[in-house]
Amino acid sequence: MPVSELWAIFDTEGLWRIILLSLGVSLSATALAALFGAPLGAALAACPFPGRRILVVAANAFLGLPPVVVGLALYLLLSRSGPLGALGLLFTPGAMVLAQSVLALPIVTALVHAASADLWAEYGAALQADGATRLRAVPHLLAMGRLRLVTAVLAGFGRTVSEVGAILIVGGNIAGYTRTMTTAIVLETSKGNLSLALGLGLVLIGISIAVSATIFALRRQGRTVVVRGKLAAAILIGSAIFAGEASAPTRR
Amino acid sequence: MRVLAQGTGQALATAAHGDADLVLVHDPEAEEEFIAQGHGIDRREIAWNDFIVVGPGADPAHVAGGHDAVAAFTAIAAASVPFVSRGDKSGTDALEHRLWRAAAIDPAIAGGGSWYRDIGGGMGAALNTAAAMDAYTLSDRGTWLSFGNKGALTILVEGDPRLLNRYDVILLDPQKHPEAKQRPARRFADWLASAAGQAAIGAYELNGEQLFHPSAAAPK
Repeated sequence: MPVSELWAIFDTEGLWRIILLSLGVSLSATALAALFGAPLGAALAACPFPGRRILVVAANAFLGLPPVVVGLALYLLLSRSGPLGALGLLFTPGAMVLAQSVLALPIVTALVHAASADLWAEYGAALQADGATRLRAVPHLLAMGRLRLVTAVLAGFGRTVSEVGAILIVGGNIAGYTRTMTTAIVLETSKGNLSLALGLGLVLIGISIAVSATIFALRRQGRTVVVRGKLAAAILIGSAIFAGEASAPTRR
Repeated sequence: MRVLAQGTGQALATAAHGDADLVLVHDPEAEEEFIAQGHGIDRREIAWNDFIVVGPGADPAHVAGGHDAVAAFTAIAAASVPFVSRGDKSGTDALEHRLWRAAAIDPAIAGGGSWYRDIGGGMGAALNTAAAMDAYTLSDRGTWLSFGNKGALTILVEGDPRLLNRYDVILLDPQKHPEAKQRPARRFADWLASAAGQAAIGAYELNGEQLFHPSAAAPK
């Protein structure tokens, strides 16, 4: 594909909106999955409780949760004729974030649990001797397993940024509102604009690499636990603001 | 206004679930069913274009230049050459099956059936697949004109009155769907049928070709 055609992509109407929505949805979903999944994974390693084993098996089993099935299930739940229809979430970015959070949560949980179980086996006794209750050991486990925590979050992000099946169903690929990079690629392919679709794909890969590299670089500064919390909060707040702004012009 | 692009079957199902406030579709039989079930009211035709049979330039079934869709389908089945079907309960898919019925052919069985490729996808996917398989397929002219991957495909059959494609706008019945946004939907439907809307429909062109013909005032 000639370089001139690649640059022409940046003239594509609404491209920046599409890129921002992709980032907003996938980063929000990853942040939610990390905020719930990381402490859960560590707690599953440190705290015995009835049903723990089932949760661990479930987290690992749902690594293979098919995105299109999650999308379909959420569609039935969020449809106006469904139980959560009153929320009015169907065909909005909120539904897309929800779907992708569900998909990324088991990834973060299972990977953090695996890392935490190793750490607990080695340092659990020492942590408890130092006076930590099992629950209070969770942040320590996460801090000690920084590298694998970052990997778990990046794996979750990889899932969300590349996902297309669920968000097509619950988002509807609406121009200027729920169209992301991946759903735009599906659309351009179906219009036979294969060069454009490929170009969008290259842009998506580039952005994905940039985000992953940034997150990884922050870890190397050794302030991951604090930074992760602030980063996650900032991403969530920023995405919420963006989602609010993005939906405002089309609100009646 | 938020536009969801779906095939007619899926669009009517979405509206029946209460997830749309208005539908713009093109399958008369499915529309009548939708209205009979109490979901829709005030159906109005607002535009028409036509369908075409496209296929490989080499045309192994020898249907090029014809104006009879049923004869073309019969020839394609007789030659057992690849034919891509959308198979997704869309308006285009519904017409394709009506044509097979008119030809008294069951494509899944005729001649072993393996030439008939049901892909369960949209028009774009069907055209991409037909271009890659050198297959025949039924397409609406609008999608064909704007399609960017025609490959060796070309228009082979057009002009059959059975290939007429009418687009209708249907509102949701407030009795069955009280949460549907009636006023904005009605305003839009009225605009589509108005002189201004009809002019806008007729003025839409791609590469100098008109894609849709306004027909709100046409005799039914």
